[in-house]
Amino acid sequence: MSRSMTRLRLPPAIAAACLLPLLGGCNMVVLDPAGDVAQQQGDLVVISTLLMLIIIVPVMALTGYFAWKYRAANETATYKPDWDHSTQLELAIWAIPLLIIICLGAVTWVGTHLLDPYRPLARTAPGQAVTEKDKPLEVQAVALNWKWLFIYPEQGIATVNELAVPEGRPLKFRISSSSVMNSFYVPAMAGQIYAMPGMETKLHAVFNETGRFTGFSANYSGAGFSNMRFGVRSLSPQDFAQWTARARSQGQTLNRATYLKLERPSEKEPVRHYARVEPDLFDRIVNLCAEPGKMCMHDMMAIDARGGMGLAGLHNVRQLSYDKHAARGTGDTASDRYIAENCTNPELLGESLKRIEDRVIDLSSLTGAGLPRPGGPRFVARKTSPQPSRKPSELSQAGTTDPVS
Amino acid sequence: MSTDAVPSTSAAEPTFLFGKLGWNSLPHDPIVLSTMVVVIIGGIGLLALVTRYKLWGYLWKEWFTTVDHKKIGIMYMILGLVMFLRGFADAIMMRLQQVMAFGGSEGYLNSHHYDQIFTAHGVIMIFFVAMPFITGLMNYVVPLQIGARDVSFPFLNNFSFWMTTSGAVLTMASLFVGEFAATGWLAYPPLSGIAYSPSVGVDYYIWALQIAGVGTTLSGINLIVTILKMRAPGMGLMKMPVFTWTSLCANILIVASFPVLTAVLALLTLDRYVGTNFFTNDFGGSSMMYVNLIWIWGHPEVYILILPLFGVFSEVTSTFSGKKLFGYTSMVYATVVITILSYVVWLHHFFTMGSGASVNSFFGITTMVISIPTGAKLFNWLFTMYRGRIRYELPMMWTVAFMLTFTIGGMTGVLLAVPPADFVLHNSLFLIAHFHNVIIGGVLFGIFAAINYWWPKAFGFKLDPFWGKVSFWCWVPGFWVAFMPLYVLGLMGVTRRMRVFDDPSLQIWFAIAAVGALMIAAGIAAMLIQFAVSIWKREALAETTGDPWNGRTLEWATSSPPPDYNFAFTPRIHALDAWYDMKAAGVEHPAEGYKDIHMPSNTGAGVILAGISTVAGFALVWHIWWLAGLSMVGLIGAAIAHTFNYKRDFHIPASQVAATEAARLRQLQAAGA
Repeated sequence: MSRSMTRLRLPPAIAAACLLPLLGGCNMVVLDPAGDVAQQQGDLVVISTLLMLIIIVPVMALTGYFAWKYRAANETATYKPDWDHSTQLELAIWAIPLLIIICLGAVTWVGTHLLDPYRPLARTAPGQAVTEKDKPLEVQAVALNWKWLFIYPEQGIATVNELAVPEGRPLKFRISSSSVMNSFYVPAMAGQIYAMPGMETKLHAVFNETGRFTGFSANYSGAGFSNMRFGVRSLSPQDFAQWTARARSQGQTLNRATYLKLERPSEKEPVRHYARVEPDLFDRIVNLCAEPGKMCMHDMMAIDARGGMGLAGLHNVRQLSYDKHAARGTGDTASDRYIAENCTNPELLGESLKRIEDRVIDLSSLTGAGLPRPGGPRFVARKTSPQPSRKPSELSQAGTTDPVS
Repeated sequence: MSTDAVPSTSAAEPTFLFGKLGWNSLPHDPIVLSTMVVVIIGGIGLLALVTRYKLWGYLWKEWFTTVDHKKIGIMYMILGLVMFLRGFADAIMMRLQQVMAFGGSEGYLNSHHYDQIFTAHGVIMIFFVAMPFITGLMNYVVPLQIGARDVSFPFLNNFSFWMTTSGAVLTMASLFVGEFAATGWLAYPPLSGIAYSPSVGVDYYIWALQIAGVGTTLSGINLIVTILKMRAPGMGLMKMPVFTWTSLCANILIVASFPVLTAVLALLTLDRYVGTNFFTNDFGGSSMMYVNLIWIWGHPEVYILILPLFGVFSEVTSTFSGKKLFGYTSMVYATVVITILSYVVWLHHFFTMGSGASVNSFFGITTMVISIPTGAKLFNWLFTMYRGRIRYELPMMWTVAFMLTFTIGGMTGVLLAVPPADFVLHNSLFLIAHFHNVIIGGVLFGIFAAINYWWPKAFGFKLDPFWGKVSFWCWVPGFWVAFMPLYVLGLMGVTRRMRVFDDPSLQIWFAIAAVGALMIAAGIAAMLIQFAVSIWKREALAETTGDPWNGRTLEWATSSPPPDYNFAFTPRIHALDAWYDMKAAGVEHPAEGYKDIHMPSNTGAGVILAGISTVAGFALVWHIWWLAGLSMVGLIGAAIAHTFNYKRDFHIPASQVAATEAARLRQLQAAGA
């Protein structure tokens, strides 16, 4: 939004709709962005508007014309008080909008699929196809109360409230949130997508110009929402390499401990760089287990997929509690005790699952309160139908929450 | 830099007697405090006046306990108007904050206050302004249009009104006792969950909507039954006036969708009160489920609001063009199609949640399809005007303003239904401009048309046209000045619910929008003056024929205001525009043969039940469990006690009917002479 006026390049229809004298200050970033994806989305805004104007303009003109011509004072106009039907007209007034909606529907179907944020980019600019060599830069974006954390797994660095990316290279964002719903939006780059706790959303985009832009949360997320903006820098590849090197030289490390401090609510955080990032931090954030000793969601889901822990699981519930008042920075933390995680190690996970499966599941029919279960008074070690045992790596994947899948 | 941005919300330990309520629940913010002082002084003044003029008995007997659909309709309109002033005050505060908060300025509202204001603005405008307005209109007009003496369940009607009022009272109470939700008007979790909104704001929200929802649902059932069962003989479904048709569809939508709202709020309540995990991040809760459910209610709600006004515009266009409505049948089918389609579009409110492209396209296209029947309606009004003799009285002026305004709002709506376009415009001020474009340009303009149209019927005198036109010319340009800048800001990438801004180039647009808001304020003031002047000059504006606009539907057949029994004889219907048909056939007003008329009696049970519900809601908000329990018991007790009330009906003797009708005939003859 702080781009210079010289780049102002508005589609004529919208420009005309805007009050011309005020357009000096009217930098419509949505229609004139710096990224190919946003540009296509902005173009769709214009195309759809023009398509609809085909019918809107005549309707408004006719309204004005009829309202004037058939005013009561105009005695010369025809007056037909009982005329209330015309099959041809009725056909036309249903058919013309229908035709336009068919066109618009086709545009929508194609546009929605081509510009699906989950779809890897096919081109970085008009006529510039993405090839095998263009490995996308992955950035993990996390909405925190009320700032943004960006992790660069390839570079092993992380930043707060600053997103720097190389121009022209496809970008792949993996997006999540630490506590409440937000929306990750850089208008100059591409349309938004929600950032939701315990879930991961994806966005593919590219920048076609270098420059400084703004990004923010586009979904209200509480008291500090207004200041949840971050600077976006689209850099030439050389500048990006330099920027990365500078970030690496700053020395701080982002691990679970520093993350938990960062996660606490705060506003107007200055830009901060981390030279190193604990591996898997993003996965732990998505699975709500950044806190030491907490069970990750994918583990829990893997356990549940195998039938759960039964009564033994009751003793374990605190491990799954995340929305403590502490997460918001209010209330005391002392009461929120939880037991150690029991199976975050994928190797161990398989073991423990096997044990759980053997011990707990009892699908035999109940006989009533207080009566012994068939087969004895205690839990019966009984195997249910033998399942093909899955590899632990598959198990942890099964837990990844992806709203699309 | 890490600041404790969240204001301290942890009150003292809850006590048995007062729950979470304490002295610190009262406002300490100077703005709220001064508002409270003004409201208290004004309230005491009002109560003193009512006492001074000994109006309590009159109000209780004639209004509060009434089961007459006409009086209940008027009370709904008053409720809507009062709450409209509150909702608009919120709007002005937001406009002022947004125009001030530039260049490092924080404006005059902190986030704690500002976030409640935009939440309250949305909640109040939808639930306690638009809903009472349309329910009031339907209540007043539908029984008259179908030639009925009242609605099917007159007591239920009174009870529904007071339950809606109860919800409004709780919402207003939150301004001074505690706080309102600071979550946005649909209170998405996890933000609205107990972990992230630990104080009473969301609880006020929940209980206000739940209590008002009881009223809305019951009044929906009532009106459906009324329309289906109480039509005058001869009025087949395809001879129903269009307003009655749109009311029927709107009420079907109410009955089918409000239970979803009730259920989703009940689940949120369980999350907040007993620690379930439907929508939490923990234990497999899914906030996406809440968003889906609330919009499965929320989208039909949009059509609940607009459909009855489509009916109003149809009546007005036909009456003031002096012409039959063009394409009645296609109008009815368009209404029904909209009713059905409004259930399969809800996902367009959150394309950005990351559903797949096919799901998004499906909901985008269904949304566009709704614009076809809506467009057909617009054409029908257009061709009703064609070859008519259009009299530009105020209702017709509002209708033409609607046609021009709503078209633009509809266009931007279809634009937002294109998912890739929505990705760049979702949650932006473009979206805000769009839905104000359709809600103000459609619902509110329609309500103003309806008020000007049916006021003479309700009170026996017309509204002053001069002040009405002043209001019109402030409102319509005011609307455009207030909301066109928001379209521009949306295209500049500005998102909604922002409290402070840092790009100075945006400020001019907010300034223009603020000017527009002031013009609207002038329009509202002119409208209040219009009401006052009209009441003052009611002798000069008197309307004695019962048919001031040369109307076409049955409500114009009876006197203005109609007698308690509406029609001395149930009319027989032979044509679509029943009254126009009767006038054309020269049907004589019958002068004898009156019979006793069976009428329902007034009852205070509705006021009592809703009063107890308010107390119950308040107790639940503040965790005053003993009071909540007590009022629940009281609620059941009062309901049972009401079933033992055998004084439910009475008869208006034939002699009294004859006297009333004779007076009316004399009045008609005098007017005709």
